[in-house]
Amino acid sequence: MNWNWLNRNTDQILSWLLAHLWLAALPTLLGLLLALPLGALAFRYRWSYATLITLAGLLYTIPSLALFVVLPGILGTRILNPLNVVVALTLYTLALLVRVVADALDSVPPLVRQSATAMGYRPIRSLVTVQLPLAIPVIGAGLRVAAVSNVSLVSVAALLGVPQLGQLFLVGFQLNFYTPIIAGIVLCLLVAGVFDTIILVAVRIATPWTRAVSHR
Amino acid sequence: MDKGGEPPMNGAFSWLTTGANWSGPDGVWARLVEHLWYTFLALAIALVIALPIGAAIGHTGRLTGLVSGLANALRALPTLGLLILLALWGLDTFKGSIALVGPAIAVLVILAIPPILSNTYAGIAAVDPAARDAAKGMGMTGREVLTKVELPVALPLIMSGIRSAFLQVVATATIAAVVSLGGFGRYVIDGNSTQNYPMMVAGSLLVAVLAIVGDRILALIGHFVISPGLTGRKVRARATTSDLVVAIEQEGGSAVLEPANRAGGDR
Amino acid sequence: MISFDNVSKIFGEGDHRTAAVEDLTIEIPTGKITVFVGPSGCGKTTSLRMINRMIEPTSGTVLIDGMDTRSIDAPKLRRGIGYVIQNAGLFPHRTVLDNVATVPVLEGQSRKAARAVAAELLERVGLPESMGRRYPAQLSGGQQQRVGVARALAADPPVMLMDEPFSAVDPVVRAQLQDEFTRLQAELGKTIVFVTHDIDEAVKLGDAIAVLAVGGRLAQYATPAEVLSHPADDFVADFVGHDRGYRALSFTVAGNLPVRDEPTLLLGSTADPSLVPPDAQPGEPYWVLVVDDATQPRGWVDARRVTGGRPLDLQDLVLGGALVGPQSSLRTALDAALSSPSGRGVAIDADSRVIGTVAARDVLDAIEKARLAPAVLHGAADQRTVRAADDAEQAAAAVPS
Repeated sequence: MNWNWLNRNTDQILSWLLAHLWLAALPTLLGLLLALPLGALAFRYRWSYATLITLAGLLYTIPSLALFVVLPGILGTRILNPLNVVVALTLYTLALLVRVVADALDSVPPLVRQSATAMGYRPIRSLVTVQLPLAIPVIGAGLRVAAVSNVSLVSVAALLGVPQLGQLFLVGFQLNFYTPIIAGIVLCLLVAGVFDTIILVAVRIATPWTRAVSHR
Repeated sequence: MDKGGEPPMNGAFSWLTTGANWSGPDGVWARLVEHLWYTFLALAIALVIALPIGAAIGHTGRLTGLVSGLANALRALPTLGLLILLALWGLDTFKGSIALVGPAIAVLVILAIPPILSNTYAGIAAVDPAARDAAKGMGMTGREVLTKVELPVALPLIMSGIRSAFLQVVATATIAAVVSLGGFGRYVIDGNSTQNYPMMVAGSLLVAVLAIVGDRILALIGHFVISPGLTGRKVRARATTSDLVVAIEQEGGSAVLEPANRAGGDR
Repeated sequence: MISFDNVSKIFGEGDHRTAAVEDLTIEIPTGKITVFVGPSGCGKTTSLRMINRMIEPTSGTVLIDGMDTRSIDAPKLRRGIGYVIQNAGLFPHRTVLDNVATVPVLEGQSRKAARAVAAELLERVGLPESMGRRYPAQLSGGQQQRVGVARALAADPPVMLMDEPFSAVDPVVRAQLQDEFTRLQAELGKTIVFVTHDIDEAVKLGDAIAVLAVGGRLAQYATPAEVLSHPADDFVADFVGHDRGYRALSFTVAGNLPVRDEPTLLLGSTADPSLVPPDAQPGEPYWVLVVDDATQPRGWVDARRVTGGRPLDLQDLVLGGALVGPQSSLRTALDAALSSPSGRGVAIDADSRVIGTVAARDVLDAIEKARLAPAVLHGAADQRTVRAADDAEQAAAAVPS
């Protein structure tokens, strides 16, 4: 492990790290924001569930590299434009989370839903203030998977020239040099770990009732 | 578009419809065979490793936390980095083509194991305890309980794990072209270095179609292999918070929510 | 015969030592239903599962027909013992027929032969043959339980172990299953050990009852009648619950109860208030028994309220309750009298034809005499009639015994 090399290239590594953080976090959030209403729709209107889930499944089946390559053609961007990555990963996150959101809402006990209705909650309000909070733990689980996957997927885009931590791998391969590769892997793992923890903590904060029960 | 005047999709289609591109060692058929070969090899090895371990863990109920933790961790590994790391190591250690292909296949196997493993153990753990008790009480030995009751009942989840693994492997094999593996990924990687965008798109389309068609075929196989008595009741119907592990893998995979042991959940 | 010889099951050590079963010694007769009953934690299920070695005893021996259960390989032992559990535990991936055929196939029979046996058994437990092709997920809870019983019977084992088999269904279905089970046992005569937490079920089904207390202590082992009438200690008395005195009456055949003549009306004949004799109590209904062409009782009619000139039909009738037949117990007789609008229980013969009525006070007299009689009462399978001794108001015919 050549620490000197790392020292010399710290700036470049940091800039790639920042880019990576940005490229992984943004689609995750965007995907979540889009998946919430769509998932709620799929849950509420069962006829749409099958179609939406099938489409999502189809989308998720497409290998990432393929999507990174095809999107520029559709979007009209240059192939190494990071926007492609953001769009592609947002689509993946969306495809994954639509199903998670729908199933999470489904897992809320029907009795709770019915009580809310019986008390006079309108559908949207019940959804947002009663059902969604109860669905948070499940959605959180899905979100963690999406976030962690995205961190790895971003690095794939290095093959197309997009600047982020994945470039470290290519550098290492070209120079036949382990240091950047290991650095890249470690940093990716760190970023993934940080995202994972942030989401975990956020879920815990957002669900005080689960904590109250487990601390008996 | 800065890759020349032609709209990319048209370019890809004309590339695909050029007969010459289909024949020869770099032709579509040859690459298809390579891609499929890597996929089946990796899946076969992964199955041999992951099925028994998953069955053992699900059957005894031990080590689930450790296993699901490991599966989660593996999901975080950047596949490109792993491929290149092992490829370099292979070059240092071996001579000849095995130097690169071996490590690439190894990575494919490593990434195919988690979905099969976690789905297998979740599937077996989800078998109705009453059915297990009845089976044992009727005089089945441990092995008979496993093969005649637990595995068949866990089959839907196991099949879904295999499908996830398949997609994972197809996608990663595509990327592995960067370390000189064959398959459809070659079109993307080579096309990138020669600025041949139509070829890249063509390669991407081929991979996407392979993934989708393969997934459908596996689904069909599952339909025939899984007992009709099981399909009506989906295990995923009532997902509860601490019981869920979302088993989706990188680079493509059908989203499957499956029940997991509480120890491995996210409390 | 199954015997427990000082069998114990202890969990944990030292301070955390808990005895699930404490030194149980009991002999379970062949061909009878023995019920282990008690509250949660009394070790009834643990004891049951020690018979087929699903749980191994910490000490002591379990013997089946003199043979130590530990001397055979456990799976082999279990294949010779029928095992029915709560929630049935059917294999969801196999059809109902294949589920039932499991053990014969395990034993090496051809699938075809095993399926034939299975089809017969399905019929025996009251399921239509077409159900064989379905999957467990398509069956109701009660149906699944029946399949579970059929499955346990498939290899024709001499011994059957049943762990709360009827608890997971609703009361109506449970009663049906219990009745059919009794009928089945009458045909098959297997040695059955049955576990339940429900004392009523135990009393209803058991030839012998073992009442277990928390900690695995055997509190009493006797016939249902004995447990109800002479509970061994406070725990048993408490567990058996209230009105055990009344419930114990169901174990005594009514025997020679005085049966009085009862004028009857034919269904379809015309009636009018003139039927009411002038000396009848004013302000009270005057009940007349109505029978059909086969002299079977259909109900009672209040002669004061009858609209004259119209033929009587079913809607005019008030239905009575139980009927007192030749083998009826004192409990049924008392119930017949109490549930009848006229206070007179209808007595019928073996062909369900009316022979007269029984008055509540006559039944009470019979109960008192039964209590004083030195004759010992036995369980439902082996009853002796109690002679209602000299009775002041002997009416025409006595109920044939």
